[in-house]
This record gives sequence, structure tokens and C-alpha cells, in this order.
Amino acid sequence: MIKAILIFNNHGKPRLIRFYQYFAEDMQQQIIRETFHLVSKRDDNVCNFLEGGSLIGGSDYKLIYRHYATLYFVFCVDSSESELGILDLIQLICFFLCVCVFVETLDKCFENVCELDLIFHMDKVHYILQEVVMGGMVLETNMNEIVAQVELQNRMEKSEGGLSAAPARAVSAVKNMNLPEIPRNINIGDINIKVPSLSPF
Amino acid sequence: MALKIVKGSIDRMFDKNLQDLVRGIRNHKEDEAKYISTCIDEIKQELKQDNIAVKANAVCKLTYLQMLGYDVSWAAFNIVEVMSSSKFTYKRIGYLAASQCFHEGTDVIMLTTNQIRKDLSSPHQYDTGVALTGLSCFVTPDLARDLANDIMTLMSHTKPYIRKKAVLIMYKVFLKYPESLRPAFPRLKEKLEDPDPGVQSAAVNVICELARRNPKNYLSLAPLFFKLMTSSTNNWVLIKIIKLFGALTPLEPRLGKKLIEPLTNLIHSTSAMSLLYECVNTVIAVLISLSSGMPNHSASIQLCVQKLRILIEDSDQNLKYLGLLAMSKILKTHPKSVQSHKDLILQCLDDKDESIRLRALDLLYGMVSKKNLMEIVKKLMLHVDKAEGTTYRDELLTKIIDICSQSNYQYITNFEWYISILVELTRLEGTRHGHLIASQMLDVAIRVKAIRGFAVAQMATLLDNAHLLTGNTQRNGICEVLYAAAWICGEFSEHLEDPMQTLEAMLRPKVATLPGHIQAVYVQNAAKLFATVLRKHEGETDSHAAQETSQLLIDRLPLFVQSANLEVQERASCILQLVKYIQKLQQKKVEVAEEVTALFAGELNPVAPKAQKKVPVPEGLDLDAWINKPPSESESEDEKPKAVFAKEEPKHSRSRHTEVDEKELARRREARKREQANNPFYIKASPSSQKVYDAPGVEHIPVVQIDLSVPLKVPGMPMSDQYLKLEEERRQKEKAERKKEKKKKREKRGKERKADSGPESEEDIAPAHQVDIVTEEMPENALPSDDDDKDPNDPHKALDIDLDKPLADSEKLPVRTHRPEVLKSPAEDRVNESIPQETKKRSGKEKKEKKKGKEKDRKRSKEEKKKKKHKEVEEELLESHPEEAVQSEETKEAATPPTSTSAEEETAPSSAAAVDTSSAAAPESEPDEPKDAEPEDTKSSKHKKKKQKKEKEEKEKKKKKRHHHHHHHSNAGGEDSVQNGTVEEEEPLPPMSNYFLLAENSYIKMMKEDADQVYDIQGNHQDESKVVVSVIFENKSDSFLKSMEFNVLDSLNSKLQRPEGAGAHDSLTVPFQLPPGISNEAHFVFSVQSIVMPQKLKGTLTFIVKSDESSTHEKLDFKLHFTCTSYLITTPCYL
Repeated sequence: MIKAILIFNNHGKPRLIRFYQYFAEDMQQQIIRETFHLVSKRDDNVCNFLEGGSLIGGSDYKLIYRHYATLYFVFCVDSSESELGILDLIQLICFFLCVCVFVETLDKCFENVCELDLIFHMDKVHYILQEVVMGGMVLETNMNEIVAQVELQNRMEKSEGGLSAAPARAVSAVKNMNLPEIPRNINIGDINIKVPSLSPF
Repeated sequence: MALKIVKGSIDRMFDKNLQDLVRGIRNHKEDEAKYISTCIDEIKQELKQDNIAVKANAVCKLTYLQMLGYDVSWAAFNIVEVMSSSKFTYKRIGYLAASQCFHEGTDVIMLTTNQIRKDLSSPHQYDTGVALTGLSCFVTPDLARDLANDIMTLMSHTKPYIRKKAVLIMYKVFLKYPESLRPAFPRLKEKLEDPDPGVQSAAVNVICELARRNPKNYLSLAPLFFKLMTSSTNNWVLIKIIKLFGALTPLEPRLGKKLIEPLTNLIHSTSAMSLLYECVNTVIAVLISLSSGMPNHSASIQLCVQKLRILIEDSDQNLKYLGLLAMSKILKTHPKSVQSHKDLILQCLDDKDESIRLRALDLLYGMVSKKNLMEIVKKLMLHVDKAEGTTYRDELLTKIIDICSQSNYQYITNFEWYISILVELTRLEGTRHGHLIASQMLDVAIRVKAIRGFAVAQMATLLDNAHLLTGNTQRNGICEVLYAAAWICGEFSEHLEDPMQTLEAMLRPKVATLPGHIQAVYVQNAAKLFATVLRKHEGETDSHAAQETSQLLIDRLPLFVQSANLEVQERASCILQLVKYIQKLQQKKVEVAEEVTALFAGELNPVAPKAQKKVPVPEGLDLDAWINKPPSESESEDEKPKAVFAKEEPKHSRSRHTEVDEKELARRREARKREQANNPFYIKASPSSQKVYDAPGVEHIPVVQIDLSVPLKVPGMPMSDQYLKLEEERRQKEKAERKKEKKKKREKRGKERKADSGPESEEDIAPAHQVDIVTEEMPENALPSDDDDKDPNDPHKALDIDLDKPLADSEKLPVRTHRPEVLKSPAEDRVNESIPQETKKRSGKEKKEKKKGKEKDRKRSKEEKKKKKHKEVEEELLESHPEEAVQSEETKEAATPPTSTSAEEETAPSSAAAVDTSSAAAPESEPDEPKDAEPEDTKSSKHKKKKQKKEKEEKEKKKKKRHHHHHHHSNAGGEDSVQNGTVEEEEPLPPMSNYFLLAENSYIKMMKEDADQVYDIQGNHQDESKVVVSVIFENKSDSFLKSMEFNVLDSLNSKLQRPEGAGAHDSLTVPFQLPPGISNEAHFVFSVQSIVMPQKLKGTLTFIVKSDESSTHEKLDFKLHFTCTSYLITTPCYL
């Protein structure tokens, strides 16, 4: 069983967390801190297994991690998982992230997984992860299958978007142009006043 | 409406989306918390809007904030709203948020049941998929119970995408709702051979998880897995299967033998390191499970060790780590094959990677021998000095102690060296393991008598320099050592050179800063030292010194009397008064030393840990039986006996004795032995091998005096190193000596061999000073294994279910109902239901059930009819071919496939019950065609048949030869059948051990079955239900028992069902007679009004005892208990 998947950066800032066992929010943060503390002080050329996370698991549990550029990918697993298998899986997931989320950075591939991409698409990363690991167990390891399923779901989301999504996309394009705070002011000023007068129809 | 949508999307245009939130947070690094709190306010506004898109966006942002550690449980309801959106986009967001922050305590979860059910049966596979994924994270026992059936249906979905998810989630469902395991298991097993590799892999995954916790229930799947292993090419699946085999082999060595070959082939052929590693691991597990030392397996061991060596030598740290990990598993059973790689392992000790060093440390445990122990420990001590982090250093410390103390200090040849090592270890600052060192000191000092003098000297030094240990930090764990030091000095004070000085050191004002329990030991042992000092000075004419000591105590003890710690206070004030009294006596020139030393006389042997637990319970003693009437449930829950016994230090409570007057001691010992002999509860000592050697080594080794000006740090070389040198010299010398007087030596070695179990070569090294290790006392017939380490809260315990048993009616999964809470008659429910996606099998069952429901009455009568008919047929048969009747019955049973379909099982228990009912109650006349009865009969389960058969047999017997009794008459007697089940051998009875004694006298014994109370709802009487009680009557006398009549005093709630026309107080005739030594079973039906009331019914059994000359009437009273739970156990679930 995989008990948790944690992705955080070199400063211990969480970028994605997935617990397959309930922990309260503050406990989750504590676990992240502890894990970061354990992992970050290790050199890059030592082994990728770590025992002794006291907050999560106990003696049966291991931390298996990989460090890519600015990100740590940490899996907390018990003895039913193959250590080397999980290491492969982490690599696999990183690869999917490249393929599915950061399509444009495919050529750079996973040795350069960009932290920013991950931050801004946390939800998408979650959706990919869900196709690989479900409820703490490895669901699928066939690369093509995973990519296909994720693609299909994204397509479905796009087709649903239709009318309502189009303006949103336009707006986000505008926003990405880094205009100052004007749009929000408009929001408060004009539209909110106008709309209530229309709605009685 | 359209406008509303437009409005919504316009609103949305200017709401922050997730990306904006993230960007905002990054731009507000200095006041992040403030920024986020404004964002949360915005989100709250957004959640209030009607537009689902806005809500979904807000929930998405909340998911991000949750990751940052913000509690978002307040939005749980909004999350549910988003989950129930019809659009996949939003639904996905909702489920994601739910899976991140819902848990069992979330109250809105119960609102989701129907939504999830709807999603599960959605025509879009991704809706279903998203629901399954979400559910896997927040499934609760309630959800699991309500949705188990839906998920089970999905396991046969047409899309493999859904199938694999449904299969995987079943594991979570099993954990939360263990009752679902048995009904779902057959289908899970089917999925092992699913055409889609993903589904197959998921099924393997689930079964492996299940089997890991309760392997014995899955042994029957081994052939299937074996097939999969040889056919599958998916490494993930292979790894899982191989891991599973690793868990199964300890239970079935034959499996291991079969595995060796394919696994070795895999090891040779595979290129995947992960697979290779798992194969090696499992081969190791197999080798462990097979009795070690089998010659033909040494090749496999060699192969494993070889491959592991390659891993360890690899430059990849991960492989190195795993290699060491696996090596440590081999070490347990085949230490020799590992020992040959000692060089490699010692090399790993110097690795820069901490994880690898730790693993190598584990291995060291098995590497040591008498020869190299000192060297290895020296190396470790160097590491201790170098170690930077405290965790690693502490680990080293525990390992050093582990290595040295393993198997009763087997490898230690020089205990002075060991004591010095322990003393050196006390220099570690800030270690958590002070208590570990302390307990080692105590253990060695107590169990190795020869070392006491040296140990006491060392401990006195430690006490004298206590300020160095306590140091600056109060919570320094190392001060625990002082506990041991004080105790050893006090207990063995006769070895002290200058007890006065030690006493002085123990009463320094600084001591008051130590933790309470240590102070308490100080005070107590100060008293012991006081006794020693007194005795020392007694002989001298000068009583001045003794009086000075008393004065010292009287001066210093008040400090402890004021202690905040109760224990210290109590001991101090007690001893203070004692000393004051002694002082008075001293002033009168009375000799008191004798009396004072007597206070601490007597010696206790060390007792093995858990010795008390291992005393077997004497026969006939039931520890669980109530002595008094049990108090009400709720009270007993609250009380915890723990509170009564305050926290004590159990380890060190054996602390009063000084070796005094030998005669006195001998006398006492005698008295004690006599007392023990008479005391049945005393745990007798195992004969401890007390071999006393004259120690030639001790004189040779000068006790190194520690330079007190530089306390505990001998300049130049640590003192343990000096021992190392000495040891080498000694060995050289011994070797030379041995050459000279070989013959003499041999005699001695013969003696030594008793204690030594090490390999031949090691015996050459004689211990520096022979020591007698007092073995720990154990009860005589103690049980070696102890299973008390299991976690009682393990959720997997509930999944320890026998999967090969046929499914009982009561175990079916609840099918969805419109109002599942309301207890309705099954018939109504079933008529309302129609489940389109049910498989053929299921729908067949359904039909069956429906029929059963509708014709509830008819069936009962049918059953009776059938039974009657059966009897008739049977009797006819018997008349012609009495032997063949049984025969044919048996063949018929054998012909029925052992795995009867679930439809059959469905009806079995209830119909069986009905049959039983009819046997007890008088027959009612019903119109029914006999044709129906026949198929019904063949369908009933084995269990039922057995009952019938038994009855038949009995009848036959009765008819033919009343007085001849045969074994299988007693088959009904539960456990008896197991012992003498001669007839039933082809078909072993299902376990029937749940009978307990109802009443008993010299003639008859009544046993009631505990769990077989079938709670059966009648179709036409809304609330009346029935309980069938099976009672076994066993004739214990050697007379014939007949005319047994069973009667129970009815209560308001429960009534014994009597034949029509009988009065409310009439007895029921038991439908058989009992020849001597025979038992038989009868069933009595009670109608129960309310299932929420426990019942205690009084009853009597009257019978006639007929012996050769006379017959007497006898009576037996009994009480029947119906607890509420006994109604509940088999509450029917409707499928």
C-alpha cells in the first residue's frame, strides 16, 4: 500500500500532497515538514530509501523518493510494495506529467520538470495521479493506457466547456497578459449592478 | 434561464481561478496569510452563488489551500454540491476536493450515498471512474455497506477501465465492511483471469494485500497464482505474485519446494532488477520456511547470496541498500553463508550513506564471534565518536548493546571490557538511550557475579562524577545511568572500597536536581550503604566513624524529605526516622549493625521478562468466568484497572538485599523453599547452571584505575582499547600454554562446552574470567511462543475470514433498497426491486428469493410436507434395504458438486430451520403438491442434509436395534464428531464448536448452540420473528432416558412455539430417546416479539431414567439466554 504521495520543492513548500489515509490538516503539514527535513539533508548520490519517518506509518513504512531539479517526489509505502518498483513508478509519473500537463515542454522531458508548471496545474496533476494510483494501490502502469485515458477525459472536459468555457478562456488569456488590476474593478463597478436588474426576466 | 447562464459566465470571467490564486500567493510572499484570508473570504462569497461553475472554481481553489494546510472542512457541503453537478468537469473537481479532505468524521458524507450510487451507474464511464476514484479515498463503513453491492456489479462492467477501478476499490470496501469479503470473493477470484491485463493486475493487487495480512485463508489460491506467475509477462504483476508467495510459503512448505525452480529460472533470466530482487527475497523466504540445512538447497542459498553480493557491490546505492536488506533476512537462518561476506559488510559500515550504514549494522549482529567481537565494537565506538547526527549515533549505541548482549552475552569473553564500554558510552551527550545502558549495567552486575567487584568500582566512579553526566541539560537521557550506578553501588556495597565516599557522593545537594525516580533510588541505596558502613565500623572500638555517618544522613536527608516527588519524600522520611532512631541507639552504645543489615538481606534471582504471562493456566480454571455477578455493561467499560496501580518501575523493584550472614541466609532459604513447596502458585526456578570456576584470568588483568582528575577519560587510549590489547596478549599466551598442557585443557573444555554453543573454532578462546551467567527464571512448562505483540486495533484482523466456506444466507450483501433502514419483510423489498445489471447467477438468486418471500407460508408447509414424505420414503427404503438407504443418500450427496451455487446456499439455512421447526412442532396439514418438495430438497445445502441424514440414521437405528449404539449417533454432539467421525469422513462436518453448556446433572447434559439462532421474519405477521434454538442432549448415565419433555416458561416477549391446541404451559416432547452415552440434537422454536430485548427464560426438562430394574422420574432446570446480539448475528440481508 502507498500511504502518501508528497511532492514538494527544495524549500519544503508542498506542491502536491495526496494522503491515502486520513490525517488532519495540521498533521499533514507536520508530516510534510518532517519528510522534507529527512529527505533534504541527504546527498543526491545516496540511496533513495529512507526509514524512520516517525509521524507516518511506523516500522513497516519506508520513504522512497526521487529528486528532480527543484522538486522532491516522495512516496510513503509499506512492505508490500517493491522498492525498485516504486522508484520506477515515480519516474513514470514524472514522465506523464511531462506528456500530459506540460505538453510544450516535452522536448525537455522530465529531468527538467518545471516546478511552476506543477504549481499552476495542481488539479491536472492530481487527475493524472488518479489514473496511476488509486486509493493507495497501483492502478495502471501501462504508459499508453494512462495517457489515453487522461487525454480522453481532457477532451471530454473541453467538449463540455462549450459556451461557458469560451469566455473564461478568453479572459484567462487576457489575464495572462499581466494587465494591472483593472478587470477586478470592473467586476465590482459595472456588471454586478447591471445583472441583478436583468435577472427578474 | 439563458440570461442566468450568461450572467454566471460573465461573473466567472472576473473571478480568480486557481492560477490567479497561485500567482497571487506567490506575489504576496511577505503577507501570505493575510492574502489567503482575503481569498478565503472571496471563496466564501463565491460559494454562496447559485452558479455551479463559480462554485466549482471556488472548490478548486479550496483544494489548493487545503494542500497548504488550511482547514476547509467548513465547505464540505459545497463540495458535495459540486460533486453532484451533472457536468464531468465540475464533478471531477468536486470529487477531487472530497478525496482530499473528507474522512470518516465528515458528517455530510452520508448525504453523498445516493449521489455516488447514481454516478456509479452512470452511462458515462468517466463519471463512474471519477466516483470510484473519489470513493476510494473517503469510503466509510456506512458507504461501504450501502455501496458494496453496486461496486460488486461494476466488477463485471463491460469497460475494463471501470472493472479495474471497481476491483481495486473492493479492498477499501473490505477494510471498512468486512462482511462483504465473502460474498465478493468469488467474483474477485474470477477477475484474476480477466482478459484485460489491467483488471488482472488490479485483482492480483487486491488479493495480495488481503493475503499479506491473513495468508492462511488464501492458500487455496496458490495453484492459480502459480499459473499466473508462469504465464504473466507484466513485471508489476509478477512482483506482486512473488511477494505473495513469500507470504504464503511459511504456511505451506510444499509450495516452497515447487517455487524454487521457477524462481531460480526467473533469477537467471530476468533483466529487471526489481523482479530479480523480489525473486531473491522470496527464495529466501522459501528457504527459511523449509527446514534449514537441507543439502539440495544449498545451491539456491549460494545463488541468492551471490546475486546479493553483486547488488551490494553495485555502484547504485539503491541496489546496495536492498542487497544488504535481503542479506539480513538470510542471516537469520543461514548465518554461515553470510559470514563469508564479512569483508563486504564491514566495508559498507564506512559508506557515506546513513541508510546503508544502518543496514550494515543490522548485519553485524550476525557477524560477531568471540574472536572478533572486541574488534567490531571498537570500530563501532570509533563511529560513535565520529557520528554527527544523534539518530545515527543512538542507533549505533543500541546496536553495540544488541551485539554484545545477544543470546545471553554469548560472545563476551571479558566482562570488564564490556563494563568499560558501557561506561564509555555514558559520555555520549543527549542520547535517548540512557535507560538502555542503565539496564545493561544492572543486568550484567546482577547476572555475572564475578564482575560485581569491578562493576561496583566503576559505578562508584560514575557516581562521584555524576555532575559530568547530568551536565547542563535537565532532560539529558544519560542521567538514567546514575539510576543503575546508585543501585549497583547500594546493592553490592560489600565490594566497595570506600563506601563512605560513595555515600557522601550520593547525598550531595546536586542530586536533588535529578529526576524523581533516580532520587528515590539514591535515597534507598544510601540506606543500604549506611548499613554497610555501620557493619564495617562495628568491629572497631572506635564508634566515632559510625556516628559520623548517621549524622551525615540526618543532615542530608531533609533535602529529600522536601522533595516534590512523593516516592522520594516517602522513602526519605522513612529512612530519616530510622537513622534518627539508630543514632539514639548508637549513643547508648548498642550494637545495631546486625539489625540494620538485616533490613536489606536476601537475594532475588532475575526473572525472565513475560515469565508471569507464560505460566500456563491450570486446568479447570476459567479466567474469564465471573466470580461475582457482572456489573452492567456500561460500568465495566469505564473502569480501567490500570488506574489502580500507579506507574511503577517494575524492572528494579527487586532491590533489597545485602549479602550478610550466611547462616541466616541459608536458614531463610530453607524456610522459603519449604513455603514454596507448599505454595501452588509459586513459579519454580529452572535449575540454573551455576558453574563456578576459579578465575585464572582475573588476577592477570590489573584493574585499571581511572585517573580521577580527568574523570572517565583516560588520556591517550580509551580503556576499552587497553582491554583489547590485553586480550590479544592473553590469547597469545593461552595458545602457548595450550600447547604445553593440551590434555589438561581438554578436560576443562569439556566443561565449557556446556555453555558454549559457538562453532568449534571459537571454543579455543577461553573467556578471560569465567563467569556464571545466572539464567533468568522461567516457569516450568512455559510456552515458548508469545503472540502478544499483535496489534489489537489492526483493521485487517476483521478480514481474517475463511473464504472457502460456502456462503450463508445471512452473509449476502445488502442490495439497494429505497428505505434500507426500515426493517421490512423481505418479500416486500424484493418485489420492489429489479436490478438490470445483475448477472445471471444473481438474478436466479433473486427469483429464488422472491419466490421464497411470496410463498413464505407455503414453503414452510412444503418443507414439512417434504420432510414427512422424506420420512416415508426413507422408511420404505429401510424396510427393503436398510443398508442401501444410507448408501444412496451418501452417493447422492457426493454427486452434488461441493461448490453448490449460491442460490442453493441461499435457501439452505432457513429451510433447514424450517425443517427443524417441524421436527419440534407438531405437523400442520397443508395442501401442497409433493412434486415441489423434491427439487427443493436436492438444492438444500450439505449442512441441512447432514442434519436430515443424521435424523434418518437415528430413526433407522431406533427402528432396527434400539440397544445397539454406534459412534455416529454422537455425531450431533459437536466436538465429539471430530474425534470419532468415522462415518462422516468423506464429508467433514462444518465446525460446530460453538455449543456451550446449558445445564447438566448426573444423567444428562444439555448444550445450547450459540450462533445458530436463525432469526427469521415471518411474511404475514409483521413483527413476529422466530429464534431457533438447537439443544444437544447427551446421556451421561448408563441408563436409558426416555419420555423427555422440554418446557420453558414463556415471557411477554418470547414464547416457545407449541403445537396448535396445546396450552401455554404444556411441555414439548423431545422427539427421541437416548440410549446410554448417546447424544442427539433437538430444535425448539421461539417466537420473539421484540428483538431489542434480551431474554432470560427459565425452563425444565423432565425425563424418565430407565435402568434394568427400575425407572425414575428426573428433572433438570436450565436457563436460556437470548442476548440482543444473538438476534442480530444473522439478521437477513436481502439480495
